Amino acid sequence: MSEAVTALNGARYEGIATIAEAPLGGMVTLRGDLSGADLGAAVQEAAGVAVPGRRGVVAEGPRTALWMAPDELLLLMPYAEAPETAAGINAALAGRFALAVDVSDARARFHVSGPRAREVLAKLSPVDFAAGVFAPGEVRRTRAAQAAAAVWMSGEEEFSLICFRSVARYVFDLLSMAAAPGGEVGAFD
Amino acid sequence: MSTRLATGGRLIDRSARRRFTFDGRAHEGYAGDTLASALLAGGHTLLGRSFKYHRPRGLVASGAEEPNALVGLGAGARFEPNQRATTTELFDGLQAVSQNAWPSLDWDVGVVNNAFARFLPAGFYYKMFMHPRPLWKHLFEPFIRRSAGLGRAPSERDADRYEHFYAFCDVLVVGGGIAGLQAALAAGRAGARVILLEQTAHWGGRSPVDGVRIDGGPAEAWINAAVQELDGMENVTLRPRTMGAGVYDHGYVLGYERVGDHDPAAEVPRHRLWRIRAARLITATGALERPLSFAGNDVPGVMLASAVRDYVVNWAVSPGDRTVVVTNNDDAYRTALALKSAGLEVPAILDARPRAEGELPEMARAHGIRVETGKGVAKVRGGRHVTAVGVCAQAGEGAVLEEIACDAVAMSGGWSPVVHLWSHCGGKLEWDAAQALFRPDPDRAPTGHDGHPFVATAGAASGALQADRAMADADENMKNVLQGIGRKSPSRKPPKVESAEEAPLAPVWQMPQGAGPALRAKMWLDYQNDVKVSDVRLAAQEGYESVEHTKRYTTLGMATDQGKLSNINGLATLSQALHEEIPQVGTTTFRPPYTPISMAAIAGEARGPVFQPLRRTPMHEWHEANGADWEPVGQWRRPYCYRRAGESRRDAVHREVRNTRNALGLLDASTLGKIMVSGPDAERFIDMLYTGKMSTLKPGKCRYGLMCDENGFLMDDGVCARLDERSFLCHTTSGGAERIHGWMEDWLQCEWWDWQVHVVNLTEQFAQVAVVGPNARNLLERLGGIDVSKETLPFMAWTEGTLGGFRARVFRISFSGELSFEIAVPASEGRAFWERLVEAGEGFGAMPYGTEALHVMRAEKGFIMIGDETDGTIIPQDLGLDWAISKKKEDFLGKRGMERVNMTSPDRWKLVGLETLDGSVLPDGAHAPAEGLNANGQRNTQGRVTSTYYSPTLGRGIAMALVHRGPERMGETIAFNVPGRTPVKAKIVEPVFYDPKGERQNV
Amino acid sequence: MLLLTCPNCGVTAEESEFHQGGEAHLRRAGPGSPDDAFEGYLFTRRNPHGVHFERWRHVFGCGKWFHAARCTATLEVFGTYPAQTTEPPADIVAAIRAKRPDWEGFR
Repeated sequence: MSEAVTALNGARYEGIATIAEAPLGGMVTLRGDLSGADLGAAVQEAAGVAVPGRRGVVAEGPRTALWMAPDELLLLMPYAEAPETAAGINAALAGRFALAVDVSDARARFHVSGPRAREVLAKLSPVDFAAGVFAPGEVRRTRAAQAAAAVWMSGEEEFSLICFRSVARYVFDLLSMAAAPGGEVGAFD
Repeated sequence: MSTRLATGGRLIDRSARRRFTFDGRAHEGYAGDTLASALLAGGHTLLGRSFKYHRPRGLVASGAEEPNALVGLGAGARFEPNQRATTTELFDGLQAVSQNAWPSLDWDVGVVNNAFARFLPAGFYYKMFMHPRPLWKHLFEPFIRRSAGLGRAPSERDADRYEHFYAFCDVLVVGGGIAGLQAALAAGRAGARVILLEQTAHWGGRSPVDGVRIDGGPAEAWINAAVQELDGMENVTLRPRTMGAGVYDHGYVLGYERVGDHDPAAEVPRHRLWRIRAARLITATGALERPLSFAGNDVPGVMLASAVRDYVVNWAVSPGDRTVVVTNNDDAYRTALALKSAGLEVPAILDARPRAEGELPEMARAHGIRVETGKGVAKVRGGRHVTAVGVCAQAGEGAVLEEIACDAVAMSGGWSPVVHLWSHCGGKLEWDAAQALFRPDPDRAPTGHDGHPFVATAGAASGALQADRAMADADENMKNVLQGIGRKSPSRKPPKVESAEEAPLAPVWQMPQGAGPALRAKMWLDYQNDVKVSDVRLAAQEGYESVEHTKRYTTLGMATDQGKLSNINGLATLSQALHEEIPQVGTTTFRPPYTPISMAAIAGEARGPVFQPLRRTPMHEWHEANGADWEPVGQWRRPYCYRRAGESRRDAVHREVRNTRNALGLLDASTLGKIMVSGPDAERFIDMLYTGKMSTLKPGKCRYGLMCDENGFLMDDGVCARLDERSFLCHTTSGGAERIHGWMEDWLQCEWWDWQVHVVNLTEQFAQVAVVGPNARNLLERLGGIDVSKETLPFMAWTEGTLGGFRARVFRISFSGELSFEIAVPASEGRAFWERLVEAGEGFGAMPYGTEALHVMRAEKGFIMIGDETDGTIIPQDLGLDWAISKKKEDFLGKRGMERVNMTSPDRWKLVGLETLDGSVLPDGAHAPAEGLNANGQRNTQGRVTSTYYSPTLGRGIAMALVHRGPERMGETIAFNVPGRTPVKAKIVEPVFYDPKGERQNV
Repeated sequence: MLLLTCPNCGVTAEESEFHQGGEAHLRRAGPGSPDDAFEGYLFTRRNPHGVHFERWRHVFGCGKWFHAARCTATLEVFGTYPAQTTEPPADIVAAIRAKRPDWEGFR
């Protein structure tokens, strides 16, 4: 386990925003009837968070639940906890039509932070990142240029972006280019 | 001659000098100049040569509509051709070169075309195609090639950076003149999210030049206050130097921001493409002045009246000392007045109208300017520059009544609203006969996703040309727009605008009215493409009735300016020649962009290393550091082979094959698709996906399976592993993972939505390594932790546990025919696991191998490859895979398709092996000809090569092929065509070349 | 570039987030179906100048398929609805009727 590394070994770029690859985190994909009481209880018990509403984000310390689709959550937790979290949910929902899978190694996560973070993201994704439109508590699945991505606010001036691990370099390069000095747009000032 | 005036110039800063070069010669201008104003101030009236006749060309306009003054800008990696001098802001160090002239602008050889102009009429190029072909090849094509093209293509990779920006708003206003500002103010005050774009660096448009007064003061004061108010609104984004380039469906608008063009030293993106979604778009794009069609109207020194005024007022440049104004409207009198007040001479105003008694003509007379009504220009004197005009009666045929010496002519044929953005997405136009212009028809606006109109106009763009009417129009239209999006507009009166009252113009499409062919052949409609009144009339005479056809035939309105000056005059000329009304003839289609935008801005970030996503496995860097030659597989990069010092690719591949067959090979198989299918109905679903009966697979076991589309055509294959009672793990091809995942989701969501199955794409969760060769088991045993013995883990079984400290699933499957294990570990540990295998495998002769060795080994074993043996028309039966198709299942995807007559025909081409008689390697895709010709008169064929390699194991060429009734023809020899060689003979054999009994993988 | 609202996740997004999947409400013709039914299922598609029903997948979003009722002439979108249906729902039909009174109706 100690030999597990992120896709880019914690790559970082400082420009008009800071781009930083996040350390390894645990991720569990949960498919099932999100409105079911039993699913909610299982998630609360095993992952320590409530089930978010449509496109919602529920965060409790290092634990976060992201609404990915009407029948899909992505649960975030410390890396080491993912296998047992998935197993716990599967055990609690045994016999039901639900499935939890450890996908901790399938993705890369970046933090995009600083006052210009919104502008950097708005160069890559066809999403309205204006304050008041894009706010904490919502996750938006979209594309970052040509790669699939999900974006949510994980801090006051910090966005989290996840993408598949194989395109981590591509997405990091995109974000860094978008954050290069001189690229201030001023659209959200 | 043109020169800089001693005083004035509202846009220039005389304290800030700017040095630049034109054709290598040093020049100077001021901050605030355009390249055009600076050149004109320096006495440069000859700026280019025309496209076809290489006639001398000077400035006609002062803005985006300029057809002539195109230059090459910059040098080396920053060179760009066809840049308009009128929209190029001057900066220190600017380098410009003239275009379309050889050897120099002053002495251009191509001008010889001018002498032969009468042999180069409209449709010249088309007509030449009709002549004997030898003439074309040896005479006309070389001539056209030499003279074709505008400017010179850059030869180096663009050194600048470019980006996109996605923006959203309620109201997008394009155009920062007084109408646009008023529209933005109204929307901003109503609380809407507003973006206001202005293509130039300055706000206010024409009003300050035209002497408009607003709220009792000069227009400039109101403009400054408006900009300040807008700037202070949080809900408003102001963007100068940003052109509204194109309008597309559902409120999608492209804005082209020239961030760094005016200051190349700044470390900023050069251009930014704004990709805007607007609920409503207001085009406040103003109007463009039209030239008049008189003989010699292209001689340098003949300019639009508004441009002359702009150069004098904005940049303190006089285009000439003595300027004759020729017009059919009142507005051009403003130019005469501006010239006069700058101390310049206006020998006469020639007004084609019989009478001119409005406010402005009276003012001109009061200033002592001679006004001649009912008069026009018969012809312009001068070659490289205007020296005089011949005056004639507009009503006549062009007899010269008088010559007036002058060095500039300011012409005005009236104004046309800029309707481009309105029209881009389907907005329709109506003909305004009183003003002789096409204007947007508000009842036929472009509609958006909800079916409601999403484009409105404001100001001159609506056809409200006079400043006071423009302001009223903007105010009125904006009220309606805001109401439409549920916003209450503030109950404020629009500002009070004072502007001279203008009398109606008289349409003049030809000057003089009765000009004969000789004069018409010197009346330019399109300066850039050298299209004259005579060309359009010739087109009409030759039967071109549609304006679109006439455009293509004559080239009217083509190229970089897309006829901004010539369109209306051209179609009026056409309608006259056809004896039809202008609205009946109609306009050509306005297409985006409004003016050309850089290709790099369109590409945005997608260039160089991020041109497209490159997918990398967790072991990518190791491969890179160890000599990998890359092969693209979908968006993945996979090692083709690993070259050692002194090795060719071929050598490396052969070494890798031999080593894997004889000792131990390691393959990064992480790119393989890994899709989990789970749920109470997983068995039922999996049996629909695969052609075989996969549901009978027991947990812990694997089976090879095929997936077909509904045609029955094979689209993917791979090994399916049963994870547990209700879960399967489907391996797909590397390129097929996303497609197959989407395919599964499609069926589950759209056809069998009541089936309880979940599908999760785990491709990226795992790094996967194939450990292949006689020493494979030894290596895994060295790592320890999982029993991989033949008894515990037989062929086509899988197990999981901890292997050498790594959480691992071990699949005993083989794509090489050797003893082989594929091991999946979490992707985060993939690199460490790979390195452990390399290190522990050293004593066993472990070497990595790439995709080519994989291909050679699978071909030696006769295993098919999706994309080689299949091409989207191949059913499994063609490949001898009948054994993998269930006969018992009632249904599976593709079953019905395979039942079609053509699929069951014995005449299909089927898979066989080929051995060349001489041992050589057949070329990929080679065809075997057969007797006779097909219905198209082409030679019949009887087969083609699908995979072909040199087999280092067998020491000869091997191939797989699809051959007509192939399996029935074992032992037969057929010949394959090879370009440049005699046909190569090959014997039809079984496709399994190596270890046909499969003993090596079963140890 | 179209603007579509995914009924599954509620996002209104530009076309580049979606993948178009051809005509909606096709009926699968499986084994045993007559040739003309199978031909119709595989190859025969409507291409109306007007009201049309299409399949779309929110491929860069929630990954779900949905249907869109759209005018191919004006590109007006009458509505989008989940794919788990064999015909357009009543509210969509009503929305189309309101905008296109002379629409001949679904099938």
